[in-house]
Amino acid sequence: MTNLPAITSRDPLRRGFVALPWAVACGMLTYAFIAGGYFVTVMSFAMIYAVFVIGLNIFMGTAGQVSFGHNAFAALSGYTSAVLTATYYWEPIAAFAAGLALALLVALVVGWPTLRLKGHYLAMATLAIGLIVYEIATQWQSVTQGYMGISGISPLAFWGYEIVSERGKLFALVLIVLLASLAAARLRASRFGRALAAIAGSEDAARALGIDVAHYKLAAFLVSAAYAALAGSLFVHVVEFVSPEVFGLHMVVLAFTMLYVGGIGTLGGPILGAVIVSLLPEMFRGFKDYQDLFYGAGLIILLIYAPKGLAALSDLLPRKGRA
Amino acid sequence: MTLLSLQAVTRRFGGLVAVDAVDLDVAEGGVTAVIGPNGAGKTTLFNLVSGFQTPDSGRILFAGEDITARPPEAIATAGIVRTFQLVQLFQNLSVLENIKVGCHLHTQGGLWSALLRTRRTRREEQEVEARARELLQFVGLEAAPETEASALAYGQQRLLEIARSLAARPRLLLLDEPAAGLSADETKRLSGAIRAIAGRGTTVLLIEHDMKLVMNTADTIAVLDFGRKIAEGPPAMVRESPPVIAAYLGVGHA
Repeated sequence: MTNLPAITSRDPLRRGFVALPWAVACGMLTYAFIAGGYFVTVMSFAMIYAVFVIGLNIFMGTAGQVSFGHNAFAALSGYTSAVLTATYYWEPIAAFAAGLALALLVALVVGWPTLRLKGHYLAMATLAIGLIVYEIATQWQSVTQGYMGISGISPLAFWGYEIVSERGKLFALVLIVLLASLAAARLRASRFGRALAAIAGSEDAARALGIDVAHYKLAAFLVSAAYAALAGSLFVHVVEFVSPEVFGLHMVVLAFTMLYVGGIGTLGGPILGAVIVSLLPEMFRGFKDYQDLFYGAGLIILLIYAPKGLAALSDLLPRKGRA
Repeated sequence: MTLLSLQAVTRRFGGLVAVDAVDLDVAEGGVTAVIGPNGAGKTTLFNLVSGFQTPDSGRILFAGEDITARPPEAIATAGIVRTFQLVQLFQNLSVLENIKVGCHLHTQGGLWSALLRTRRTRREEQEVEARARELLQFVGLEAAPETEASALAYGQQRLLEIARSLAARPRLLLLDEPAAGLSADETKRLSGAIRAIAGRGTTVLLIEHDMKLVMNTADTIAVLDFGRKIAEGPPAMVRESPPVIAAYLGVGHA
């Protein structure tokens, strides 16, 4: 809830600063619905990533832990959805349930031993699991078809109702992002969320108040893995194709960028970050050969001047009446 | 009645015996102080009682139950809550939220109740909110509940940490040098707060260097020197004890 005081601020300039990135994000979504075409695809990817980053934010932003391997959970669930619907003709919802269960099981096996240790053991373990799952996706060709990937995955469907149009998919994704964000907000404002935030603040103080730190870290890890699994399954149903590259290390880098650009630890940050970072390559396309250069420079400038991200832009203004 | 009982508790760090076969009984109700020169083993003693370190030998009983070598969260659940010599606030949270975290032990909500926001969860949240505000008032911090904890002055941070510990409704509150870094004025306020906490029925065990605070608040004082208990009794008696005078002023003055 760290960004709530800013939103309720009466200072109009501050309000403007808070509203600006949201106006851009909403404007882009609206434009996508009107214009259609390629832009709808860009925004659909942004929404899928938003789900992923909302989950990552619970683990990294609220609980203050680090994971480089949440792409593994997206891959496990995504591939399960792909194989079960394309090869065995399962219902998408049932396939997703199976994928979610598999992702949670793996998260439990990885998280149980490593989350009891202090320090960077978990970060290392997650990096490893991300790489292992990627290797499996490329090598286990009889099931995953290796680099070729799996096509013919059934489109997004809810209770037998298939969503075929690009606009329809985007609309469904926006609804899912809003629900995912609402769930994250409720978690953050609860006893559960406070325990996670306490662990980020001081593990010793949390334990002294009776919080079982290992238990809550594992719970946060599983919750964020569930979000990643949902994002993975959504991706394969929206694109109707999957290959190992989709869930490679690139996914981690992109998700981290979105999390930090949007504002780690804030409620709205993941959505903002996902939309803005998805748009950046489009914005910088005009620079042609220098596109990556300007993209990188833009990110650095943003992180220097708004280290808490776009959701906390109002912090740039001088504070008044601070107690 | 004895609430906390240490029986021949020993803790070594390499060749150093930080706590050497200490016996200590803390009676229920009132304020007990542990004093002693720097390096006397006071903080180690606290870490042993609160579970942040484990004794090499000896037993620690709380309300008749053996709590030796239990992890900190289990000891907090049993009813012992501590503060830290270097204030350990949740700097990322607001003043009010810090205290709400303190209510963790006496509330139940988990993952599902948070997602569903059942009527019970909402009622529990209201109770937590009311309790947190009441405790803020108790320590005089009610003016800025939404301020980030890191923005408070040092003395206020100490008071907030104490209020947060009280939210856990401990039977025994351990205060590790609560007056360190406080002004004379703030120390006086702290002294009043400690008496008020004891008056509300919470037993207080404190480590302190500030002798004025100790003499003003403690009912019983235990003195440690080089890991050993060298005196125990009411303030007036401890003040006159020759080994205590020797430990504080050097042997020549005894």
